[in-house]
Amino acid sequence: MPSAFNSVMAEKIRLRLVTPSRLLLDEEVDEATGPGVLGEFGVLPKHISFLTLLAVGEMSYKQGAERHHLAISGGYAEVLDDVMTVLADAAEYADEIDTERARAARERAEKRVEELSGEDKEFAAAEAALRRALVRLQVAGKEARR
Amino acid sequence: MATLKAIRKRIGSIRNTQQITKAMKMVSAAKLRRAQEAVLQARPYAEKMAALLKNLSARVSAEAHPLLTVGEEKKVQLWLLTADRGLCGGYNANLIRAAEGFLRSHGKEKEIQLAVVGRKGVDYFRRRKVEMAERYINIGGRPAEELAAEMAQKMIAGFLKEECDGLYILYSRFRSALSQVPTLEKLIPVAAEGEKGEGQATEYLYEPGLEALLASLLPKVVEVAIYRALLEASASEHGARMTAMDSATSNAAEMISTLTLQMNRARQASITKELLEVVSTAEALK
Repeated sequence: MPSAFNSVMAEKIRLRLVTPSRLLLDEEVDEATGPGVLGEFGVLPKHISFLTLLAVGEMSYKQGAERHHLAISGGYAEVLDDVMTVLADAAEYADEIDTERARAARERAEKRVEELSGEDKEFAAAEAALRRALVRLQVAGKEARR
Repeated sequence: MATLKAIRKRIGSIRNTQQITKAMKMVSAAKLRRAQEAVLQARPYAEKMAALLKNLSARVSAEAHPLLTVGEEKKVQLWLLTADRGLCGGYNANLIRAAEGFLRSHGKEKEIQLAVVGRKGVDYFRRRKVEMAERYINIGGRPAEELAAEMAQKMIAGFLKEECDGLYILYSRFRSALSQVPTLEKLIPVAAEGEKGEGQATEYLYEPGLEALLASLLPKVVEVAIYRALLEASASEHGARMTAMDSATSNAAEMISTLTLQMNRARQASITKELLEVVSTAEALK
């Protein structure tokens, strides 16, 4: 096999995923996707230098044949020289998510969103809580199906 | 000379105290381990955040966001982090002394608003009738994230409303269980020590634009700094308490052994005395 081909195949990005309370991941991955505020984005090796705000949403990365999913609730992502750094406010692996709790949180949030009017100060907070719960359920579902 | 009974009683009471200090030491050791863990776990995030900010600030001017704007400091706010509870050696006293030092050295040319976190600090300044802009007590029962978010919000609001033009935090940095250092850090304006011009050549893509990113990132930077300070302070407190309780326990052991010696002497003396009495009585009866 020519060496050039080898080096292309070996190309990976380093994904570092940290939250205020812990370091979740610091590994070589083949590709990653994240929930940017302007829409989902994917990162492959040789990506342009890039800095974005993250929305509440689903993040995933591929390592070999396996794809891992995480629920992220906001933060920042930076890509620089094939190193992707994700500073998430909170993050959970799909198999860490407590489905029962997420479901309860969704119901609570749904009720609050219905009770409050759009002008209420707490409306935004309730809506954000609902979004987080929905994302967690969605991500948890992915793991179960695999 | 103390009577035998009095010494016994004293030993008993010291032993009770020793049991308490021993238990407190063990509890503090366990809590310290957890707090230390939390400090270590939070470090990567804080480091990456600092790197991100440095990177970003190299590309923007200091006027890009109010939180970056360095002006003349006339009114400053000092946030002092103390503990809710005592029995931790010189922990609180050291912090309060450092705060007093700050007030003395800067109080003349600047107006200083004092914000105190932790019951011990609040009590101290209330007794001295020092006015406090903010006070937080019972901090141990609340998660540090929540507290940090609330404090950051108050600080930033105060700064943006121009109630103050510089904010400092004074907390105890955790070096080891034996050594905690009162540390003063400037929180706002955010010091972004990025070198201008460096790395500007590389293309950089921002979503959703530089200003929006800064507006979101800078408050977060403040919050993370406070969060870290809270964690360090909690580790320091437990470390200080563990050390204090350890020395209290060994002091108690020392006292017990001195008193035991005294007690044995007193006992021996009384036996000798009794013997003498018996012998002399027997002698007299002859």
